[in-house]
Amino acid sequence: MVATPARTLSPPSDDKRWRQVEVRMRRLGHRPDGLIEVLHTVQELFGFLDDSALAFVSQSLSVPPSKVYGVATFYSHFMLKPQGEHTCVVCTGTACYINGAGALLAKLKERLGLEAGGTTADGKLSLLQARCLGACSMAPAVVVDGEVHGRVTPSSIAVLVEAL
Amino acid sequence: MSDEVRTLVIDGRDVAGASGQSILSVAEESGVFIPALCHLAGLSEVGSCRLCMVEVEGTARLVASCVTAVEEGMKVTTTSERLLAYRRRAIELLFMERNHVCSVCVADNHCELQELAKTLGVTHFELPPLHPACDVDATHERFVLDHNRCILCARCVRVCDEIEGAHTWDIRGRGTGARLISDLGKPWGESTTCTSCGKCVQVCPTGALYEKGRSVAEGKRHRPYVPFLVATNALGTGRQL
Amino acid sequence: MSTIEDARAPGEGARRRPPEPLVPEGERRVSANVCQAAGCLSMQSDLVLGALRDRVEAAGLSDVAVRRVGCLGLCAAGPLVEVPELGRLFDHVQPDDGAALDSLVTTLSGGEPGGQAMAKEPFFSHQVKVVLERCGQVDPERVEDYLDAGGYEALTKTVTTMSPEEVIAEVVRSGLRGRGGAGYPTGLKWTTVAKATSHDGKFVVCNADEGDPGAFMDRSVLESCPQQVLEGMAIAGYAVGAQHGYVYVRAEYPLAVKRLNSAIRQAERSGFLGKQIAGTDFEFHVEVRIGAGAFVCGEETALLASIQGGRGTPRPRPPYPAASGLWGRPTLINNVETYANVPPVVMRGGEWYGSIGTGKSKGTKVFALAGAVVNTGLIEVPMGLSLRQIVFDIGGGLVGGKKFKAVQTGGPSGGCLPEELLDMPIDYESLAQAGSHMGSGGMIVMDESTCMVDVAKYFMDFCREESCGKCLPCRAGTVQMYGLLDKITRGRGTRHDLDTLQSLAEMVRTTSLCGLGQGAPNPVFSTLRYFRDEYLAHIDDHTCPAGACRLDGGER
Repeated sequence: MVATPARTLSPPSDDKRWRQVEVRMRRLGHRPDGLIEVLHTVQELFGFLDDSALAFVSQSLSVPPSKVYGVATFYSHFMLKPQGEHTCVVCTGTACYINGAGALLAKLKERLGLEAGGTTADGKLSLLQARCLGACSMAPAVVVDGEVHGRVTPSSIAVLVEAL
Repeated sequence: MSDEVRTLVIDGRDVAGASGQSILSVAEESGVFIPALCHLAGLSEVGSCRLCMVEVEGTARLVASCVTAVEEGMKVTTTSERLLAYRRRAIELLFMERNHVCSVCVADNHCELQELAKTLGVTHFELPPLHPACDVDATHERFVLDHNRCILCARCVRVCDEIEGAHTWDIRGRGTGARLISDLGKPWGESTTCTSCGKCVQVCPTGALYEKGRSVAEGKRHRPYVPFLVATNALGTGRQL
Repeated sequence: MSTIEDARAPGEGARRRPPEPLVPEGERRVSANVCQAAGCLSMQSDLVLGALRDRVEAAGLSDVAVRRVGCLGLCAAGPLVEVPELGRLFDHVQPDDGAALDSLVTTLSGGEPGGQAMAKEPFFSHQVKVVLERCGQVDPERVEDYLDAGGYEALTKTVTTMSPEEVIAEVVRSGLRGRGGAGYPTGLKWTTVAKATSHDGKFVVCNADEGDPGAFMDRSVLESCPQQVLEGMAIAGYAVGAQHGYVYVRAEYPLAVKRLNSAIRQAERSGFLGKQIAGTDFEFHVEVRIGAGAFVCGEETALLASIQGGRGTPRPRPPYPAASGLWGRPTLINNVETYANVPPVVMRGGEWYGSIGTGKSKGTKVFALAGAVVNTGLIEVPMGLSLRQIVFDIGGGLVGGKKFKAVQTGGPSGGCLPEELLDMPIDYESLAQAGSHMGSGGMIVMDESTCMVDVAKYFMDFCREESCGKCLPCRAGTVQMYGLLDKITRGRGTRHDLDTLQSLAEMVRTTSLCGLGQGAPNPVFSTLRYFRDEYLAHIDDHTCPAGACRLDGGER
């Protein structure tokens, strides 16, 4: 059985955010090459991508499901699991690395009982690491909920995380 | 592709090919063996296994012969100490990357990786095995996917997309964590796009994809089941295993 | 949490609203330029802007502007405020630092000027600004500022007075080479795309997927003066015959994306993008495409695959994008800095540009200075300056007076240069000869406490995780090289491992499909070349001379 392209396909639920996803797809002309743009939109609205979202995007853009899954897993920005209410991203770029990012990450892992990429059991905080945020002059850098903090120390990161 | 003829020299032999034709394809037609695993006549080229790299006079870099078009007056060397060393190393990297154990493999004696290792004289490994944890997916009613033996050549991905038109297969993740997937990364048996045509099984160079009911060393391929491949390989010189 | 609908986007509403700049109603006599680029923002410079604005308003200074500007360069001393009319710079200004803010208000109201005189600072006086000329001088979110500073004059000149051939000739004359790393002559690339025939259009692509760890030049330029990049792209579009452009930016740079999008809208409104540019028939449209966290997408064929919505895996070249790029059409790809160089080249002439720099490396280069150096930040210097001048004069030497060990250039495919090469001129050829390369311009200074084997391992870890997994040598070879380096840093390596590492590195470099794989062994080669004794200390003596590695050796 081959999936037929169905533009009239209905979204996974009547959640209003799907309307925004549909608008984005329409603006991109439902073209298969808009895949990454649409995945960005879904993730911005919902925080992560799940099977129902991937299947909906696959059929709406006429992209084979395996290709959608291949793309969603290729890029480290796309999350296939729900993230915590707050995110803490530790930069491990070269400048941050030689300025002690490893110690920061170790401190957070120990404090939160998590590996990088994990979320606390109460769903409150996700710990992530980034390859370079371009804040090298402020190394080591940490991004908490989208806000960059420079020259972070193991004790100042503890304060930041505690405040969440 | 125009039909203009290009004459060149491969390993000291004068050969001719059409403009736009790859070095590898001309070599195959002329009976010169160049090792390759991702290449299969009839499928698009991806140039990913890097085994078919050859030396071209006047070019400092090695070129992948599957994706390099022949040129008039080209002088190609397909075997040298350096090339042999690189090819052996490539085979070693493949063997060490997943869990290849020929003695318990359904494709034993019908395996292109094993065959190449023998041909290239790979006698021992220096690098440590990576021993990744790999699943075996036996959910399909007729076929099995064993990630332990997959070399990520993507022949199955291409044959499914380009010939069968189903695009059931793709690759997930990246780097050495890349894995072959069907549909949304779900078990093969649950795939809604798979037509169970079995083309992927026939083109698999190793024992990663095989028919159920086969035991060790019974995984012989039936390439005539994929007639298009034979048809496009006009001179029939492709290696049939 | 059971379904996707139960989830909400993380960190929603957590960000505070940035304060607006203060624009005087009448003539402005003097202005306070408050840096609002990512470096200073991470030190709360947005609050500084707000606090200063409040004080200036309270003091009734009606002829003073408090402006939002891009990167002022000296990120190490942020938050920074510059009073350009008086040439004064205030560093480390905190939003709650009453004394610093008072001194600023006194300076602005015509009293005793505070802060430092910029002309006396070697950090500023040794630089030559072409790309960064307007960074820190204009408000990145107001096209009017850019126009006041002479922006879009080059595009207007191009479309109203020059033929495409003349534009290309000017770029060829300038000697400009690609600033993304490889240093391919820009004029030659433009010529190839211009000559390519296409019945259904061509494309201009700006590579802003600055992925090298330790590099932030492109981020700073996009956050500080996005219009200059757009202007360069439009000029390129006119020269090669393209009407559509894409900027591919990393998702890690949200501020750059925001300012770029706003710059595009404002340029369209002002008639410098869109249809009938500067009243002519030339049209040029730009769209932003956001990357999704894959280093390999900086490679041009992977970048194109990503713009087309696919996995960012490189493909063999030829065909080169200049012949067959986006959707199979001729495509010009240059990076942010290259495009930002174009308006000055057109305005002041290729000859002027070519007069800066060295024989084969013309013009200036922007570097991101980071690591164990005092003045971390963004600098622009003429090609041919020595490493010593950059690290010790502009950079102010090493933090805490520690001993210099190496400077790493060129990111994960670059190399580490030792002390004996400090007097080497910085240009494409010298760097390549020394076993590194220009890369996009990240420069990380390392002191004696950094272990070079550990650095090689760090980069190999980077490459194995960022390898796309398509070609075998890069996919599996980087993992094996990482394993060998890890073994050595743990004190368990043997001399035989070192030989294996070297031969494997050779194979990966020679047989990988794209630049990521071919360049991945470079940190190993350069550290083996200049710091072999450090490897041997780990292997033979089970010690890490820098004291950075935790050796658990013993059993071998």
